[in-house]
Amino acid sequence: MTATLTPPANPEAVDLRGHGQPVVDKAFRWVLFLCLFVGIAFLAILLAYVTIKGWPRLDSRLWTNMPSIRRPEQAGAESAIFGTLWVIGFTALFALPIGFMSAIYLEEYAKPTSRFARFVEVNIQNLAAVPSIVYGILGLAIFARALALGQTVITAGLTLALLVLPVIIVATREALRAVPQNIRHGSLALGATQWQTTWHQTMPAAIPGMATGTILALSRAIGEAAPLLLLGAVTFISFNPTGPFSAYTTLPIQIYNWTRESREEFQVLASATIVLLLVILLAMNAVAILIRNKTQKRW
Amino acid sequence: MSEIHDPNAPQATSDLANTGRMDVSAVLGEERGTPLDDAIPQVVFDLNNVRVFYGDFQAVRDVTMQIGRHEITAFIGPSGCGKSTLLRSFNRMNDLIPGARVEGLLAYHGYNIYAPDVDPIEVRRRIGMVFQKPNVFPKSIYENVAYGPKVNGMKVNMDDLVEECLTRAALWDEVKDDLKKSAYALSGGQQQRLVIARCIAVKPEVILMDEPCASLDPIATAKIEDLMKQLAADYTIVIVTHNMQQAARVSDRTAFFTADVDAEGVRHGRLVEYGPTRRIFTSPKDPRTEDYISGRFG
Repeated sequence: MTATLTPPANPEAVDLRGHGQPVVDKAFRWVLFLCLFVGIAFLAILLAYVTIKGWPRLDSRLWTNMPSIRRPEQAGAESAIFGTLWVIGFTALFALPIGFMSAIYLEEYAKPTSRFARFVEVNIQNLAAVPSIVYGILGLAIFARALALGQTVITAGLTLALLVLPVIIVATREALRAVPQNIRHGSLALGATQWQTTWHQTMPAAIPGMATGTILALSRAIGEAAPLLLLGAVTFISFNPTGPFSAYTTLPIQIYNWTRESREEFQVLASATIVLLLVILLAMNAVAILIRNKTQKRW
Repeated sequence: MSEIHDPNAPQATSDLANTGRMDVSAVLGEERGTPLDDAIPQVVFDLNNVRVFYGDFQAVRDVTMQIGRHEITAFIGPSGCGKSTLLRSFNRMNDLIPGARVEGLLAYHGYNIYAPDVDPIEVRRRIGMVFQKPNVFPKSIYENVAYGPKVNGMKVNMDDLVEECLTRAALWDEVKDDLKKSAYALSGGQQQRLVIARCIAVKPEVILMDEPCASLDPIATAKIEDLMKQLAADYTIVIVTHNMQQAARVSDRTAFFTADVDAEGVRHGRLVEYGPTRRIFTSPKDPRTEDYISGRFG
């Protein structure tokens, strides 16, 4: 047994020069880099294109003026900005509590081995992959028609809430799972109930992760146009929403509307609005990253 | 400052500390007058054929023993002998592991803690636990101590209670100016003493310690051992340890566990020998105990 493990008898015979395949290694490295480059390059071209095209209209008119069909030089996207804020506000209002509670149930209360929990888990993953237009049809049938909420801010908020719910549940579960088990045990060992443990220990420790996931989910909702087109977001609207039952438009809808206009001025306006939407999305993602970095794992 | 647990209990002094000495026979806790008799004067836990299972796997075989009030009982033995598993069944922490189940009778002051009408929350409030890794909460030092009394709805002057618990845990002088600081800023040894302070804040009768010094350096370990001896005046302590010298230094009674390998190669923990620490370490009755304490296996 030990005989096979004796060191080489003659130290001079040791050869430490590499005998790998440097060409294959290098080629592979370049293939990897190229793949990365393709993705980044397309994104950069898109950004540069809309920024250059929309540059003449990237001024305060964009966010202080209402849309106008007759005078494109006076048109702005104020109603779309406020519409987006209203819709996203309601999306968050519905999606966050339901999403957080569902995730807490699945992660902290349900037995991981139970058939029900596994069934729900698989289906949440599936729901996250359902095309958003399907949610639009669902929202139209249930919220707009059956519940007679009509083509309003609240219908849009409810539908987008359904759309982002799976994402929020998955992100929240991951955040909860990252909280070490011994924090829960420490709390339970002091005679705390499961709810007290969840409320005072697990949730506060998971909030950074929950916030990050939530912001990313909401930024997805902000960019959605398809379900709202079905739900009848008004394509031309010259007033800000006044409440949950008000008509509305959002930034993606406004962009869609302007790109259909034949006049060049509207194309420019659409590009400028795309830049505005991208800035909002990037800002939200930056906040998410900031939260994540500020609250590095302390355990 | 009011007395936290028993107003008439004599205050242990720190000169009782006799740590650092590694000679087993010299550190057998002479000062506390450790028992020599097998009979236990006041019984807190009475175990009768206790068996612990994880699903179909039997982790602990029939254990019959008693734990004495205001004594330090040490569980020693090689890894996988079921000593931690048994300890965690004392305050129903095993409930948290899916499939874990306890059979036999595990009585706390004559009350079967696995009876159907028992609320594990009530059990855990009376029987506290200190874990292997100091699991302080990601909160301030103050909030760590105040958490237990708060969730148990204790009506107390919280500032006084926090000071008292930190003093009992020999931590007050080190942290009194930093109570609002995060508990994560403390060293490992300080964190473990904070966990002990947090534990006594809910006024338990028993403190279970699951290898409390496993992640600490020798100096921090010595401080925790001092602390245990002082706390034994007011609390019943059961400690699981891998460190035989530690068991010899701090405990009144020692239980030696080992793992039997059955015909299918599955390991089951069992209690081999239990008695006054002094006897276990000087004249063990079972040859397996002797082999273990003399370092021949485990």
